[in-house]
Amino acid sequence: METILTITNLTKKFGFLTAVKDLSFTINKGNVYGILGPNGSGKSTTLGIVLNVVNKTSGNFEWFDGNTSTHDALKKVGAIIERPNFYPYMTAYQNLKLVCKIKGVDFSKIDEKLELVKLLDRKDSKFQTFSLGMKQRLAIASALLNDPEILILDEPTNGLDPQGIHQIRSLIQLIASQGTTILLASHLLDEVEKVCTHVVILRKGEKLYSGPVDEMISSHGFLELKAEDTNKLMTFLESKKMFGKIKVEDGLITAFLDEPMDAKSVNKLLFDNGIVLTHLVKRKESLEEQFLQLTDN
Amino acid sequence: MLRLVNLELQKLLLSRTNKILIFISFILPFTVLVLSSIKINFFGFFTLELGELGIFNFPLIWHITTFFASYFKFFFAIVVVSMIGNEYSNKTIKQNLIDGLSKKEFILSKFYTIVFFSLFATVLIAVASFIIGMYYSSYTEASIIFRETEFLLAYFIKLVGFFTLCLFFAMLLRRSAFALAFLFVLYIVEWLVFWGAYEIFGSSETAFKVKNFMPLESMYKLIDQPIQRIMMTKFPGKEDLAYDYAVHWYEIAIVLGWTAIFVFLSLRLLKKRDL
Repeated sequence: METILTITNLTKKFGFLTAVKDLSFTINKGNVYGILGPNGSGKSTTLGIVLNVVNKTSGNFEWFDGNTSTHDALKKVGAIIERPNFYPYMTAYQNLKLVCKIKGVDFSKIDEKLELVKLLDRKDSKFQTFSLGMKQRLAIASALLNDPEILILDEPTNGLDPQGIHQIRSLIQLIASQGTTILLASHLLDEVEKVCTHVVILRKGEKLYSGPVDEMISSHGFLELKAEDTNKLMTFLESKKMFGKIKVEDGLITAFLDEPMDAKSVNKLLFDNGIVLTHLVKRKESLEEQFLQLTDN
Repeated sequence: MLRLVNLELQKLLLSRTNKILIFISFILPFTVLVLSSIKINFFGFFTLELGELGIFNFPLIWHITTFFASYFKFFFAIVVVSMIGNEYSNKTIKQNLIDGLSKKEFILSKFYTIVFFSLFATVLIAVASFIIGMYYSSYTEASIIFRETEFLLAYFIKLVGFFTLCLFFAMLLRRSAFALAFLFVLYIVEWLVFWGAYEIFGSSETAFKVKNFMPLESMYKLIDQPIQRIMMTKFPGKEDLAYDYAVHWYEIAIVLGWTAIFVFLSLRLLKKRDL
């Protein structure tokens, strides 16, 4: 698989504070990556380092095959960090023209990308008259001008209203479906869950997990059960070794599975042993629950 | 290089404040020059015609116009300082770098623009002085006209040096107003250096020599004040008025040295800084 970015043992210290600690991961072409972490966990710092605006303390990072200088690599990258930063007195078109000049891209791309983010009718309005949602969409258009190999977005829906969040998310999904690699930093879990295929989880600058979203926790999910005779059900469950931790809350029993097992066979097993269920749900932990489990301890 | 100047020009010329300031910094000295060259009649009491004083004679005119025009550099200094200050306050400096401009290119685009505008100002003053001189001057032989045109070179170097100093202060302080205030602080510091040197060496002559190496003083010394020289032409007998007003190579070298130092320090600063 083609590698886009390799980070090895990256460390950044701000005085006594270590913002990023010995971080390593690899970004491959074609996937949508999420960097997850609470506020202040080093997400933006990591992105700042690979984008050449923050100086690393130690460690290394390589773009593409490793023979490209960061300066040249950035011309094949599209990125927005934190807030959309443009010249307030220039129009949308003029701002994008400036970016074209920096990246060495033809001006004809401007209309195409403005159309994509649905800002074409406002192309001659000054940037300062835009709403936050429009500014963020303009930033995405600007990041896409060079048809980048990878699109880096740092908290793209921060501060937006529900419509704005929805617009940006469908835009990200559209871009991802066209085969662009995306690296998305966020602390919003449902955002990452909806969009990303792989995650890197950070806490206090340290990597807790990196890999596909669905392999994040090796658990087999859990069952929610209810029966007329709760005690009988409890005793039975405790006697079988395929059930791990069991807890009861308001007559609802939650049993974690230690072995793979589907709802149908659980139901059959219990019925054969004379227990009739009134409620049976099999679930996997949501990303949020998994994330909290990972970052809490 | 053209790409970098082109980038910066777009940033500058699309902003109305900058456009007005640039216009003032170029047109105002030009207008003052033209106005001073025409005959002004004070309600029939007397007429004032500066041309009659002989100050528009070649080669004196090069000295006079460059000296007075350089006072208008403060308008463009505001532009230079705000072009850095705005990049920081809009955070566009960060976006520029992320978009693929290297830190070196960023500083160079500012520096090239400074050189470009300084050159433009020099050409403007040269043309205006030449036309006014041709009109008023008593001597119009080519050898006299082109004597002392080194004042134009000095003017150019002086502008580049001063604006680069502004660039460095703006990079250092990130705020336009602070950077301008720092120019004044530097002015005071240079007098403190003078005072310190006077205490050590005990003569004001040596102290001035030390001060001549300071950035602002070295730029000022490039073009000495021409008033005394005008007096000399009016009263040829007064030997004690004589002074050294010429542009010396070492004066140019000191200012060029400072210019290089300021560009280098600005780049160092940007490279070391986390944005």
